[in-house]
Amino acid sequence: MSTNPIRVLIAKPGLDGHDRGAKVVARALRDDGMEVVYTGLRQTPEMIAEAALHEDVQAVGVSILSGAHNALVPRVMTQLQDKDISHVPVFVGGIIPDEDVAALLNLGVAAVFGPGTRTGEIVAAVRGAVERAAAGASG
Amino acid sequence: MSLAKKIISGDRRALARALTLIEDGDAASERILAELHVHGGKAHLVGVTGAPGVGKSTLVNALAQSVRSRGDTVGVLAVDPTSPFSSGAVLGDRVRMRDLAGDKGIYIRSMATRGALGGLAHATAAAADVLDAAGFDRVLIETVGVGQAGVEISANVHTTIVLMAPGSGDYVQAIKAGILEIADILVVNKADLPGAEQTRAYLRSTLTMGQSVRAVAGHPHREQADVPSPGWEVPLLTTVASVGEGVDELLQSLVAHHDYLAGSGELDNRQRERMRAIVESRLRNRLYTRLVQQVSQQRFDALLQAIVARETDPYSAAASLMEDLD
Repeated sequence: MSTNPIRVLIAKPGLDGHDRGAKVVARALRDDGMEVVYTGLRQTPEMIAEAALHEDVQAVGVSILSGAHNALVPRVMTQLQDKDISHVPVFVGGIIPDEDVAALLNLGVAAVFGPGTRTGEIVAAVRGAVERAAAGASG
Repeated sequence: MSLAKKIISGDRRALARALTLIEDGDAASERILAELHVHGGKAHLVGVTGAPGVGKSTLVNALAQSVRSRGDTVGVLAVDPTSPFSSGAVLGDRVRMRDLAGDKGIYIRSMATRGALGGLAHATAAAADVLDAAGFDRVLIETVGVGQAGVEISANVHTTIVLMAPGSGDYVQAIKAGILEIADILVVNKADLPGAEQTRAYLRSTLTMGQSVRAVAGHPHREQADVPSPGWEVPLLTTVASVGEGVDELLQSLVAHHDYLAGSGELDNRQRERMRAIVESRLRNRLYTRLVQQVSQQRFDALLQAIVARETDPYSAAASLMEDLD
């Protein structure tokens, strides 16, 4: 029989209203057979963590084009810790300057995807991280 | 502590985990559901259905707030379709439910249909039972956008709200069988749009037609005092869910319907029918699983090939596969 679909949350924290990238990624993950919970615009880090908890997702993707990633991503990570779901891998997409990427990775972000990233690369990264997390939990 | 005990004690993460196990058909899920069963039977299960785009998620968002303002807790199950090609899904109902975030008295779960037809996922009934056992006072189940035949919701809930929007068909649509028949409460949403009054008129005319027939056939002496149940007259309400207009009245109607069900004994009937459906569906799935386990892929493929080559037919093939069951 078929394997169970991976559940992913795609969220847009903060105030920017540009969600085409988030929708393209959601669509690509869907076409790979994943179940993508899409939250829509202007989510607070608290809302994102609550949705991740309620939906029992195996990965969280946040899309930020406002330049506020250094403020928002740490708060998302803290909120996930507060809800005891910090094991869920977090991906960041958007316009992230190269010099900020290392700091985000240091926070525990699984990967950062900038403009021009191929959707296939994102799909493979999400699938890989979820499979590693599942192997770690059972092993 | 078992997952079921954690759920009873209000652990939302345990609740979320259990729903995933149930959706995935995990071996542990039946034990969890069995343990939870004794704690259930208290919640008011409410279905919200209607065509795509009539405002189901927006109405659930507004209705949940109205329920909360009375102090009751709310569990939401929002079903969206699975792609028939990739088996993936985009579950977007939360987009319209952002007002519900941050309230501990609300739990929202998105579900993909995973191939099920009829407007729900296979796991929706069991998921509703889990939310019931977890102590939510009302459970709102939003179906996928359905057409004229997505009537499965009514067998899974106590009260079915059918949502229409202005411009959704004329008189002939309104007298066809199907979705309108399952409504316990009929709502014209987006009532601020042109055509709302006309849609209301079509629906009212359909409703009164049904009621006069039912009054003659079912309750010829409904005015007399010895008739225990006066029946339920389907109310026709109007809402503008995006601004919350008419939503408190809808909640009053919901409460009235629940009172009617409880007072007339119909609630017990509906509970029993729900349980019958769950048992029957488990039996079907288990029998099918057992059959699939006993039939080898080679035998199945060979039969399929023979059917395509017109050497045998699908009906004889199915009958011969059934004989493999011991």
